[in-house]
Amino acid sequence: MAGKRKAIVLHEKDNVATALEPLKEGSILFATFHGHPERVRLASNIPPGHKFALEDLKQGATVIKYGEPIGRTISAVGRGEHVHIHNIVSPRRET
Amino acid sequence: MIFQGYRREDGTAGTRNLVLVIPSVGCSQGAAQAIARGLKGAVYLPNILGCGQIGEDRAIVKRTLAGFGINPNVFSVLVVGNGCEENTAPALQKEIARSGKRVEALVIQEEGGTRRTVLKGRQIVKEMLGQSARIVREPIPLKELVVGTECGGSDFTSGLASNPAVGIASDMLIAEGATVILSETPELIGAEHLVAQRARTAETGRKILNAVAWWENRALSSGQDIRKSNPAPGNISGGITTLEEKSLGCIYKGGTGCIEEFLPYASRPSQKGLVYMDTPAHDIEQLTGMMAAGSQVAVFTTGRGTPCGSPIGPVIKVTANRDTYRMMRDNIDMDVSRILRGSETVRSAGERILREIIAVASGKMTKAESLGQRDFAIFTMHVNI
Repeated sequence: MAGKRKAIVLHEKDNVATALEPLKEGSILFATFHGHPERVRLASNIPPGHKFALEDLKQGATVIKYGEPIGRTISAVGRGEHVHIHNIVSPRRET
Repeated sequence: MIFQGYRREDGTAGTRNLVLVIPSVGCSQGAAQAIARGLKGAVYLPNILGCGQIGEDRAIVKRTLAGFGINPNVFSVLVVGNGCEENTAPALQKEIARSGKRVEALVIQEEGGTRRTVLKGRQIVKEMLGQSARIVREPIPLKELVVGTECGGSDFTSGLASNPAVGIASDMLIAEGATVILSETPELIGAEHLVAQRARTAETGRKILNAVAWWENRALSSGQDIRKSNPAPGNISGGITTLEEKSLGCIYKGGTGCIEEFLPYASRPSQKGLVYMDTPAHDIEQLTGMMAAGSQVAVFTTGRGTPCGSPIGPVIKVTANRDTYRMMRDNIDMDVSRILRGSETVRSAGERILREIIAVASGKMTKAESLGQRDFAIFTMHVNI
């Protein structure tokens, strides 16, 4: 029987996952990254609907969701960290 | 794949077999309503326009009303005019009659008032209903379907589950040779480059970009900067970070195909596959535009829940929010929330949606039809004078 899914990855190119329930800092979960199940330890609390990084992202890296670029990091973002308006901007916006 | 539909004179096929009463102007809406009242299989359009429009709005109103008459879900049509309107009943009758179906027209000022018009109109509609009862459903290839897609009352489950699942169904429909309409131009603002680059030709891509610029400037002229006010604070607290992310969640319901054609509001597609129609994000105006373009069925994803339906076509409501489905079971047709609980894949939910589309196209009633939801509103660009 499938366990309850806590986060969803929408496309195999994606480097972020979306939380489906409130997730606690320090908790460990499995998410599909580039087609393979990966163990991710959350570096912060993630509210439902919010995203966390599936890999270490350098400053200026492209954030991919739905297989498409949705943003660019404005600082380095570690694996398992919350990805939102504090660390990414629209890929077309000037910094 | 096939569905069971009604073959029409012009070679198209309907999923419903309705007699439609169209008021060519708001003034004849009351008569049209009275004509259709209590007659099973007859519906009227609650149209308030047809007089007082300026510029391209005149053509939009005429095209939308004619498109409803021509839609293959409609067996025959009675147009009711007042007499002094711009959008006259005889002109609309002529336009719809090109489809080969029976179209009659009545003018209140010529018939001698509402009572006489209604009496005569009901006789005509009863006769049309008798004729419509004689035709039966037959197997129709799925490629003859034009399926409208829409989302409204969205929440975070829409972009994560219900839209991607409808996207799977869209891809399967397109693989069968059917037509799928994607629309809602204001929702593209911020991600228009991603949509335009999926266009088959550079010209189609340019038309999409121009349409987005038109909406953006129109909102700006009313003091609203959509690019700055979006994603809205509610989107951001829900986890949406950028406009690209918000728009991608929305356009995912059209699947992954190339955009074959750009359609002005309420215009008929000339291509199969995924087509783009320029509509507002306003749920009812959007649905009206897609039905006027000849959609015989629509799929509508929702997070918060919506009762919306069309007078002439089934609208299948899909949600991935389990609480919404439980709260609004009488409005929502399909629950795909198991995607978010990990017990159903997006693909499996998409296949279920396709099966539901075929069942509904073949006669299964949607919740909105059972409730008699007959929402209708025409998009216009200018003020009415």
